[in-house]
Amino acid sequence: MRAKVHVFLKPGVLDVQGKAVEQALHGLGWPSVDHVRVGRTIEFDLKAADPAAAEAEVKAMCEKLLANTVIESYRVEVA
Amino acid sequence: MKAAVIVFPGSNCDRDCAVAVERSTGAHVEMVWHGDNGLPAGLDLIVLPGGFSYGDYLRCGAMAALSPIMAEVKAAAQRGVATVGICNGFQILCEAQMLPGALLRNEKLKYVCKTVELEVTNAQTRFTAGYAGRRQVAMTVGNGEGNFFAEPAELDRLEGEGQVVFRYLDNPNGSARGIAGIINATGNVLGLMPHPDRAFEAELGSADGAILFQSALASA
Repeated sequence: MRAKVHVFLKPGVLDVQGKAVEQALHGLGWPSVDHVRVGRTIEFDLKAADPAAAEAEVKAMCEKLLANTVIESYRVEVA
Repeated sequence: MKAAVIVFPGSNCDRDCAVAVERSTGAHVEMVWHGDNGLPAGLDLIVLPGGFSYGDYLRCGAMAALSPIMAEVKAAAQRGVATVGICNGFQILCEAQMLPGALLRNEKLKYVCKTVELEVTNAQTRFTAGYAGRRQVAMTVGNGEGNFFAEPAELDRLEGEGQVVFRYLDNPNGSARGIAGIINATGNVLGLMPHPDRAFEAELGSADGAILFQSALASA
């Protein structure tokens, strides 16, 4: 199974990188761009009995390492 | 007196920390590799140094927090051994959940490297007792991710319980409430972004950092 983990700073946490990208896009002629967030995607293969079991494993990985839940939220896709 | 400096792959202030502790306190310092499974016996102080452990991969300090030696550092801290994390060491302590909060990208996205003035907001800790009567000290910062973050309720709690130990007089990186250093509830684990190891003798521009190491080892 293939897992994709999307990690972003939580909504309440200022994303200064997102702000900088937003300003650059405004400068390039897209003034309507708003609320840019820069995150990261982590992809990997894993073995699991079924997608639900895989998702539970990946969530445990997020809690332990892939995300810092003090400042970040995550979303898991398994296919 | 005996101290250990933990060396992670990518640490770059490990030698500075060793020299700073040796020269300011006379303590014997041992370097301990992150992959080791044991700490030297009879330690009075553990230092997690600055640098870019594991190349700052994933998040600053995230991989180092899972190094084999960190289980030993946690156990030693639980036994009451004085433990200080400086800069990347502070990030590692937060990632290891030995201190609350996290360090974000600096507000202006800029690596800040300069001498800063700090207010000693709690001079009654084992690391800061030597600053009593001297409310303002100077140390150098050098960080790109030194912007301390915690939820407002957590910040209130830290302030209320005297766990905020150092505060910037002129906040260089956007840290919440100007926080530069915090201590754990039991008072033996300190994390700070400024470098006492770069301020341990007058030739470096400030000798204020030496007081921190002297205080930490005063009871040893």
